[in-house]
Amino acid sequence: MSHHLVEVKDLEYTYPDNTKALCGITFRILHGESVGIVGANGAGKSTLLSHLNGILTPAAGTVRIGDYSLTKQTLRQIRRTVGMVFQDPDDQLFMPTVYDDVAFGPLNLGFLPDEIEQRVMAALETVGAAHLKNRPPYRLSGGQKRSVAIASVLAMSPDILVMDEPSSGLDPFARRKLIKLLLTFTHTKVIATHDLDLVLDLCERTIVLKDGKVLADGPTLAIFSDAALLEQGHLEKPFSMQGCPVCNSR
Amino acid sequence: MIKIEAQLVNLRHLDELATGNTVIHRLNPCAKLLTTMVFIIVVTSFPKQMLAGLIPLCIFPVALVSLGDLPVSPLVRRVVLTLPFIVFIGIFNPLLDHSVAFQIGDVVISNGWISFFSILTRSILAVSAALLLVATTGMEGICAALYQIKVPKVLVIQLLFMYRYLYILLEEVGRTIQAYNLRSFEDTGIGYKAVGSLVGQLLMRTLDRAQRIYVAMRCRGFDGNIRLNRQTRVQYQDVAFAFGWSAFFIFVRMVNIPQWLGSLLTEGYR
Repeated sequence: MSHHLVEVKDLEYTYPDNTKALCGITFRILHGESVGIVGANGAGKSTLLSHLNGILTPAAGTVRIGDYSLTKQTLRQIRRTVGMVFQDPDDQLFMPTVYDDVAFGPLNLGFLPDEIEQRVMAALETVGAAHLKNRPPYRLSGGQKRSVAIASVLAMSPDILVMDEPSSGLDPFARRKLIKLLLTFTHTKVIATHDLDLVLDLCERTIVLKDGKVLADGPTLAIFSDAALLEQGHLEKPFSMQGCPVCNSR
Repeated sequence: MIKIEAQLVNLRHLDELATGNTVIHRLNPCAKLLTTMVFIIVVTSFPKQMLAGLIPLCIFPVALVSLGDLPVSPLVRRVVLTLPFIVFIGIFNPLLDHSVAFQIGDVVISNGWISFFSILTRSILAVSAALLLVATTGMEGICAALYQIKVPKVLVIQLLFMYRYLYILLEEVGRTIQAYNLRSFEDTGIGYKAVGSLVGQLLMRTLDRAQRIYVAMRCRGFDGNIRLNRQTRVQYQDVAFAFGWSAFFIFVRMVNIPQWLGSLLTEGYR
């Protein structure tokens, strides 16, 4: 299936205030791949993600999702294919109850009431939040909000999941639960994060961005073992690859 | 900061009462909304010299509180909060209008005082009816009902979102004030020089958030319509509730029951 393909070619973007955020990015993500996008603050991670489902339109270059290249006409189809989980779940959970929020996407897509019910409950059960369905979002914990935000995207059954900092603001236990949950998904995943350990656990491939350009693109382990490359990208080896702090100091 | 947080808890308390499961809670939101609207219209339509005629209307809030199993003190506290405004509206009436309404012994009751108490009573009735609507229906129920009775969707969406994000905005205000206080060292509140930039900051942040929320909505197929997935069937008791109460309110408006009862009694003694 070419459905789950993400292809970005010579992508450039400049913000209205003349900040050049992306300067010629090219990569291709295949069906079922899990890719981590890492880089320093301001390297262009979020800007890149915003292009993957048409929140921003490229100044130059092209974005192709599956069989469609991103244009105004294909936007609806692309947004159905690409599910975006935002950094701040409060931005995504805008309806009065969890159920309403998860049902928001399917309702807009025009499903029948029975199917909406089924989709919402299936999505909530997948993330283990079925018991929260009547709760208002402001009463949820950070981890619960994140789970519901993911469910709200899953309910639209996207082929590709795009996530911006999925582990930010989570406690270690909630973070571990999230990683385990994401491991069970067969979607193509694109995850932008500073949490390199999460990338190590979830993504077999990593793209390092620097100043709006691709600094490196390859197998996660190879990239995280290259100390010089990491330093260049303002990164550091993931903690799990740094060895024991007690033994090292001896 | 502590004050603001306490207010946050207060803010939601009423809405949480709406999760109850009593006869009143189970009624169709539309029925409750329409009944409350009729109630408020009838209450406000009373002429200002009429005080006794209003009394039978007190049955409505009392019935809702007892049937809806609602705690009285939080409701009373919120009604009391609005009192200063009401008092200011009516306080000049006794000073301006000295015409005698009636006399009990040496005490003269002027029409000014009658109209003052009439304003007071009407306002308290209207405010408590609105609060009871929120406490038995919840904001989302009210919004769904407004949607059903064809209130423009722009207004309903505004209301829905304002209610959802009020909490987050207040939290942000709280954080900003705390950050200010931690570095101002004077316990005199926010200086007038800083107010402008603080409010400006909040506005910018609010606009940013609005942009992000809009994007999140667009990503999930938002096309200008909020679809609330609720099949609210109108049942026999909903119709009975709405029509029964509305008929009662209009009857009370037409017939001054206390006066009629009074004349019945005095007739009896003759």
